[in-house]
Amino acid sequence: MDPETQSMKLTFNIHGGDFTHAGQPSSEVKKVLKQLGIDGKTIKGIVIALYEAEVNVVAHAWKGTVEVEIDETKITIIVHDEGPGIPDIELAMQAGYSTASKKVREMGFGAGMGLPNMKKNTDELIIESEVDKGTTVKMINYFL
Amino acid sequence: MSGLPTYHALKVDAVKCIGCTHCMKSCPTEAIRVIDGLAVIDHERCVYCGQCHRACPTRAFYVEQDDLEMIRSFKYRVILFPSIMIGQFPEKYSEDQIYAGLKKVGFTHVYEVEQPMQVLIDSVNEVLEDQDTHKPAISIYCPAIVRLIQGRYPSLTENLILRKAPHNLAAHFAIEQLIEEGARREEIGLFYATPCIAKIAAVKSPVGERESIVDGVVNMNQLYNEVMKVIADGDVEDNSIQRENLSAEGITWSLTRGESCHFGSRSIAIDGIHNAVRFLERLENDQVHGIDFIEMRACDQSCAGGILLTGNRFMTVERLERRAKRYPAAKDIAQTTIRVDTGALKQKLILDPIKPKPHFIFGKDRVKAMEKMNKAQRIVCFLPGIDCGSCGAPNCHALAEDMVNNKAKMSDCIYLQQMWVDEGRIKAEKAFLNVQKKWGTDRFKADCNKRGRRNEGF
Repeated sequence: MDPETQSMKLTFNIHGGDFTHAGQPSSEVKKVLKQLGIDGKTIKGIVIALYEAEVNVVAHAWKGTVEVEIDETKITIIVHDEGPGIPDIELAMQAGYSTASKKVREMGFGAGMGLPNMKKNTDELIIESEVDKGTTVKMINYFL
Repeated sequence: MSGLPTYHALKVDAVKCIGCTHCMKSCPTEAIRVIDGLAVIDHERCVYCGQCHRACPTRAFYVEQDDLEMIRSFKYRVILFPSIMIGQFPEKYSEDQIYAGLKKVGFTHVYEVEQPMQVLIDSVNEVLEDQDTHKPAISIYCPAIVRLIQGRYPSLTENLILRKAPHNLAAHFAIEQLIEEGARREEIGLFYATPCIAKIAAVKSPVGERESIVDGVVNMNQLYNEVMKVIADGDVEDNSIQRENLSAEGITWSLTRGESCHFGSRSIAIDGIHNAVRFLERLENDQVHGIDFIEMRACDQSCAGGILLTGNRFMTVERLERRAKRYPAAKDIAQTTIRVDTGALKQKLILDPIKPKPHFIFGKDRVKAMEKMNKAQRIVCFLPGIDCGSCGAPNCHALAEDMVNNKAKMSDCIYLQQMWVDEGRIKAEKAFLNVQKKWGTDRFKADCNKRGRRNEGF
């Protein structure tokens, strides 16, 4: 491997409806970032954003993947799912807007803060979605 | 921050240690390795939870303490001890008989540390009411938890409540009271009877304090034995004046929910170091909402499960709960009984900020750290994933990390070695020598009296 472009890659699968195991990818990513000596505040933002993205897949989609790439200056996270998609991304970005089912809300999720929280905790956020196909969320955070 | 060096009270007796893997497997921070047939503690990572001490089948872990004789150099010799100490003694002994026993051992004044409790309760409430306090606020009561947070969950150090523990409260209180009685500060010697290793480190090299207020530490099990030697079951002098500031809250403070039941509208109590690890993981991921206060203790049943206790933890809890019913509520203890200036006492309970001390970093250079981690990840692919501990590291991943840090080598894995022997890459004799080097030459001889057998404790 070329030391000039040293990077780390991590991949995870997410299953729709499996709230029990949501949070595992964010915990793993957190552990790696800690070992790299990234500062706590930056880690916290990344972990919150990733967890929100995970919960979105679990709550709305059928299945998904998380691909993480870490290099010297930044972390890039791509969360891709096969699911219903988001018809109006701008509307979904508004705080409090939610399409979560009653069941999901009763579990303490789906308060409509997912995407706004991801926006708040990432340096770059790109969302692409196709109705009835799925959604891809790309998040980039730069290290200090 | 304290300028004092961190005090390492936990030691391994090289004669007793048989080099098994029990301690290494139980450690929550992977701080133990077996090297040359002996358990070795990495004191940077150790949080003094005492899991290894508990897990050891040969009692090879021991806890250093100060010589009890040192108390003689003081005119006023104060023993400070948490209420759980009283819960250790059989019911047939009264509180006064235990107090009298402590005086026979050589102390002039006996103070249970959980007094006057209302001062600490008020002080913590002030923190919780402050708008700037990070919620959920976490108690610093258990020093093992504080070290765990500093090392493994550094971002949560800002949630720690910067108010001292009861032993400080009682130490300041005892000093004030004795000075009131005419003692000079230098004549007063304060000694703390500790239920665990974490408290020793916290007393000897406190976090967030400039110097230790206590002159010496006595292990609670030893003090128990000393008292049992001299305790009388007949009539003894009335020492109840030394307990006049003790409250129901104080007596149950060191038990699980002893703190959390007083604070915040929503609070959580967690005991057991592995439970704490799992919860802190969630907390750090921002998956815990609406909680004001968290009580967290490293031992199961909190201090009643401390490793330096003699009595059964569940019976200790029951005795203390029953004892608490005989004592007044903290708020009902009159200021005239406390006698010292509670405002000044409260001021002394404020801690300096506690700084993170992350201990899982792979080195300062991020590119090099990443290189090492990638390498460790590739090494893991070749390891069997049995996590047997035969290499001297707690699991395959830890071994891989040790390898990239030049602390271990591929041949430490007995399964890889076996494979290499099978493939003819190394000789069987060489492989066996490697294993003997790690675990000692006598390790593999037949021995029907082998120490540390699994069933020895039954």
